[in-house]
Amino acid sequence: MTEAVIRAEDVAMRFGTNTVFQDVSFEVRRGEIFVILGGSGCGKSTLLKLLIGLMPPSAGRIAVLEEEIARLAGQARRDLLRRIGVMWQSGALLGSLNLLENVMLPIEAHTALPDDARALVAGSKLGLVGLGDATTRLPAEISGGMVKRAGIARAMALDPEILFLDEPSAGLDPITSAGLDELILSLARETGTTFVVVTHELQSILAIGDRCIMLDKEARGMIAEGDPKRLKEESTHPTVRAFFHREAL
Amino acid sequence: MLETDTENGVPVLRFSGRLDAAAAASTWQAAHRAARGRFVVDARRVEAMDSAGAALLAGLGEGAEWREPEAEAPRLVLRRFRAGLERVSPPAAPKPLPWLAQIGAPFVAQAGGLRERLRFLGETVLAGSATALRPWRLRWREVVRHLDEAGTRAFPLCVLLGVLIGVILAFQSSIPMRQFGAEIFIPQLVGISLARELGPLLASIVLAGRTASAYAAELGTMKVNEEVDAIRTMGLDPVAWLVLPRVAAAMMVMPVLALVMTVTGIVGMGIVMATLGYPPVAVANQLRQWLSLGDVTGGLAKAAVFGLVIGYIGCRSGLSAGRGPRAVGDAATMAVVGGIVSLVVLDGLFAVLFFRLGW
Repeated sequence: MTEAVIRAEDVAMRFGTNTVFQDVSFEVRRGEIFVILGGSGCGKSTLLKLLIGLMPPSAGRIAVLEEEIARLAGQARRDLLRRIGVMWQSGALLGSLNLLENVMLPIEAHTALPDDARALVAGSKLGLVGLGDATTRLPAEISGGMVKRAGIARAMALDPEILFLDEPSAGLDPITSAGLDELILSLARETGTTFVVVTHELQSILAIGDRCIMLDKEARGMIAEGDPKRLKEESTHPTVRAFFHREAL
Repeated sequence: MLETDTENGVPVLRFSGRLDAAAAASTWQAAHRAARGRFVVDARRVEAMDSAGAALLAGLGEGAEWREPEAEAPRLVLRRFRAGLERVSPPAAPKPLPWLAQIGAPFVAQAGGLRERLRFLGETVLAGSATALRPWRLRWREVVRHLDEAGTRAFPLCVLLGVLIGVILAFQSSIPMRQFGAEIFIPQLVGISLARELGPLLASIVLAGRTASAYAAELGTMKVNEEVDAIRTMGLDPVAWLVLPRVAAAMMVMPVLALVMTVTGIVGMGIVMATLGYPPVAVANQLRQWLSLGDVTGGLAKAAVFGLVIGYIGCRSGLSAGRGPRAVGDAATMAVVGGIVSLVVLDGLFAVLFFRLGW
């Protein structure tokens, strides 16, 4: 069996008395595209924040690349963060920097490479995501789909072992969204990078997901785990069926 | 790892082992120094490579004779890296304008900016006139909110600045005045300076720094988030809805802030006079004798106009913001700089006007 790069064990997250989810346990295996899915407000983005160490879980344990990310500090935390990349839902590109400078930013923060080397790496990453002709443009001058692609290029700048993508298809038209799915698939295939994708876009889930977990707001936790295509065909859970068949509950 | 030697007189750069970011950073300069003219890049013994290592190899130039990595993984990384670079096209140089257009372009841009300013001024005057005729249409709840933000919350700052300015003016003027035995005239000097000039001016600077920038940032963010367009498409007038309450609040609050600044400045001056041996009664008598109601009302009227202009400039800067977070910062800067420059110019005009009127 392929090595697990992320292990979540009995994870719970509470804000005051409000339990977002509890008893969430799963593994993400090296090289797969793992999807965290669920309806609005079920805690997908909160779980993502736990996985990338922005918040500690209220209970349970999350190990990323064998390290308990919430407990790390200082250089150990920096070393782990260098091995993961995150693409934010809004792209989160710095508005005052052009695309090349945005992608150069993590390289500058984590390596001692000279300027021309950083520019070469950033240029190659932007070329890989199809933005080779937009390197000098500012984020405000490009479309939503291009912002997402640039966000992926920045997340890939340090050749991370795990790439976290928060709602990559949100707000995009079907053609751009399909293009982004193809990009994710090709990157996963060519680079062997593990992808953790948070989304509720059904077509994307079915197009790219190797495995998935589904969170549910009512159940306050995980209600399904497995291959999304099989879940669509075989799951008997009413919420899972409703989600995959686009039915109202 | 990098080793250099020669084969038949041609320099050979031999890379081996793991070529990652650390290795690339440490060998970059040496590799580029050796890669001159005709040379060979021998990467056959590279075992692992990341993008930084690939950048090191790919950045050595086209003219090299290549010996690709024998291991599959680094060969793939290098191939992928080159594929990415091949898709990068240099940014297209902007098409140069004909010489006549180059001369005319800045004027056209300035004219466009001026037209926009005039349009906004016209809209504001129209909306303001309509509201003056029907004052109940003004969003008074918003006015009160802005009065609180621009006024009540600025009180402590105005009190602090007023007292300090009064103390500083009194101390500074006491030095030359003492040489002429004229220390008793310090209250007139400071009182008239504060009432006619410094009170309104300093309160305006506080308003420009605190409130105009806040107006610009708030409205700029609303513009970036398309909230202004949403207001327009709901059939509402953004000027009446967003600008007038803010401008009205700034105009109303300014005389009060100027008065606070003046009164607290006089208190500060009184404290200094007490330390110089002049009792409060002597200071009050001097002020009563020399400080007229016209000095105070003239200053307050001036302050109201300053408030109107600063509020207007803050709102215009916000609503003319471009796109992106940088635009909001630019709008706030424009509001503060534009506000301060305008109020100094206006102050000069008021000085000439008051001189002509003999006030």
